[in-house]
Amino acid sequence: MRSIFKTGAAALAAATMLTGVAHADGHSVSGPLRIFSDMSNPAPRAVMEDMVARFTEANPEVEVELVITDREAWKTQIRNVLQSGTADVVNWYAGNRMAPYVDAGLFMDISDLWEEGGLTETLASTQGSMTMDDGIWGVPYTYYQWGVYYREDIFEELGLEAPTTWEEELANCEVIVESGRACYTIGTQFLWTAGGWFDYLNMRTNGYDFHMALTAGEVEWTDPRVRATFENWQTLIEMGAFIDDHQSYSWQEALPFMVNGEATAYLMGNFAVAPLREAGLSDDQLGFYQFPQIDPSIEPGEDAPTDTFHIAANAENVEAAEAFLLFVASAENQTLINNGDNLGQLPVNANSQVDDDEFLNAGFDMLSNNATGGIAQFFDRDAPAEMAQVAMQGFQQFMVDPSTLDQVLMILEQARSRIY
Amino acid sequence: MTTVMTDTPIDSKPPRRVVSQQTIAPWLFLLPAFLFFATYVLYPIVQSFYISTFEWNGLYSPQYRGVDGFTDQQCLELGNRAGREPGCELTGDTVWNAEYVGMENYRNLYTDPFFWTSLKNNVIWLVLYFLAIPAGLMISLFLNQKVVGMRLYKSLFFFPFVLSQVVVGLVFSWFMLPGADEGLLNVILGWFGAGPVNILGNADTATYGIIAAGLWPQTAYCMILYLTGLNAVDPEQIEAARLDGAKGPKMLWYVVLPQLWPATFIAIVVTVIGALRSFDLITIMTNGGPGFYNTSVLAFYMYDVALSEFGFRMGYGSAIAVILFLIMMVYIAGFLWKMWRDEKG
Repeated sequence: MRSIFKTGAAALAAATMLTGVAHADGHSVSGPLRIFSDMSNPAPRAVMEDMVARFTEANPEVEVELVITDREAWKTQIRNVLQSGTADVVNWYAGNRMAPYVDAGLFMDISDLWEEGGLTETLASTQGSMTMDDGIWGVPYTYYQWGVYYREDIFEELGLEAPTTWEEELANCEVIVESGRACYTIGTQFLWTAGGWFDYLNMRTNGYDFHMALTAGEVEWTDPRVRATFENWQTLIEMGAFIDDHQSYSWQEALPFMVNGEATAYLMGNFAVAPLREAGLSDDQLGFYQFPQIDPSIEPGEDAPTDTFHIAANAENVEAAEAFLLFVASAENQTLINNGDNLGQLPVNANSQVDDDEFLNAGFDMLSNNATGGIAQFFDRDAPAEMAQVAMQGFQQFMVDPSTLDQVLMILEQARSRIY
Repeated sequence: MTTVMTDTPIDSKPPRRVVSQQTIAPWLFLLPAFLFFATYVLYPIVQSFYISTFEWNGLYSPQYRGVDGFTDQQCLELGNRAGREPGCELTGDTVWNAEYVGMENYRNLYTDPFFWTSLKNNVIWLVLYFLAIPAGLMISLFLNQKVVGMRLYKSLFFFPFVLSQVVVGLVFSWFMLPGADEGLLNVILGWFGAGPVNILGNADTATYGIIAAGLWPQTAYCMILYLTGLNAVDPEQIEAARLDGAKGPKMLWYVVLPQLWPATFIAIVVTVIGALRSFDLITIMTNGGPGFYNTSVLAFYMYDVALSEFGFRMGYGSAIAVILFLIMMVYIAGFLWKMWRDEKG
């Protein structure tokens, strides 16, 4: 374990202080607390159950009723749960993904809790992505970096170095393609993976602020700057950088190409590391690098999606819900749930510690020191739902057949003028 | 004028009709089914028409009332911040925040290229799905023989109908996997020096690939209908036709097929319904892609815009559902008219 501030003891003290805040007004919390969670995969599920157990231990008067729903199903079920008033606390995501529920008044504004609980300092890095309409609508519990995971051993065999500039990137890719491999594996059947590529290419070509303006609907999709992003993408597509038939694979089905060495790299979130390791790649074979810069004058922006907890507007036990959110946000808890045995991701609380894992360290270092442009959530969390839907279909269409670019941009522009 | 007096007054009222049990009983038995039908079918249909005139993201907001000197109006104006205001408390009711737009959704449908793609695909489905009927007939004729182990063959042919559509979709996706040595289809094509092809990844062929998968269980369904129909074919007529020298295609066309008309009729009904509600195969095999809704049909498009992960357009989705309903209505009306005519004799 490595401490961010090298003061583990201080961090622990801060954590204890935080849990104390919940009881600051003199009475302990009690009553039933209904939590709906989408942490349904085995490891996250265990984390959630353990978190509830530890919370109940600290607050024996609270009877937690925990409902864990399938992660994909939850994306549509959350509407019913929030409206029916059956939940006090729910899992969701930061960024524009919250917008429909914030607009409909279904999430509770917890700005006061942020102030009183000191979260404005400890969770400062994500405050922006939790803020909307001058309110703060939840607390984050984990995030993870995106970046390029690559086959170090194949790079060595071909005499390549991890690229830092676009020229190096293209030169590398040429060598890789010549060796009969694809530079990148990707599976776009479920669309969002192409969103990751667009995020990075656009943030490197036009910068973080432009990317945010575009996802916020302030820039036309037919703008020449957007076209420049697609042209960079086209360069890669036309040199054969991506595997064939990616539109027929899910992101998991695209993993074997990298494991078998038919493709040398994968632009993905940190959650790809676990399946790659399970498929037999050792840490010597597997490497990580930050997406290379395209325009050297542009500060690099990064994708780091944040997962969150929220209080429902019609919650019955607000006090217990607030206590639970403070508990989740505490440095101690975030250190524990994000370590390699549990979620294997990055804690949000500035006082918590990052587990000593090659990729977590690399990601943490990158996000803390080298994401000077800014930290984005992800295309489908930064753009409104409808725009994300159409745009990601457009990205897939473009990747399959780059000659349709004009048509794609026209359709996206029409969608933009309708949606915003 | 004299008044005729009688000892017993003549009862001018007609004899009281006793409602017999036989009149009431059928209605009583129908009542539960009708209530369910009305609640879960008729009411939602009417509701879809209604919602299709609104723009609505599918969400109801919690309602607040003012207390401690706050007015309800003030709480309303606070909007999504009312929850933090001590002067506003939950009423337990919800507010429907939809905006009336009249026929706007339908006008948008008219100019929506994805709607037309979906409609076009629906027509392709409808036309090609009819192949299941002759195919089912052929297989049933082939299986309608007395051979040892025929029951096993019949079961094997019927097997795909028992499978869930999701499983069928998965099996066919694997069959059509794109790489040269991945999908069985490409392996077979490889033996002849052809391929590899990516049927599901190509916007021009993907719909046909999915329909091919759908035809597998649908053919089995038609086959079972014809097998039962063949049991009812009158052996005496066959005998008579044979004496008259009919055989082969002529026997089939003039003697057997007319007797199979009831089976054919049902086969058409289930095939049309199967084609129009095709949804699960598309979700599993292509997820509506590649690109912009290239394999989508109306049912899929409706789901995608209204109910899926990114679907927040309930009004628009309802408008699509209404269109699909009207298309089905044309067909159902024709079906009812045909039934009525047949019953009348």
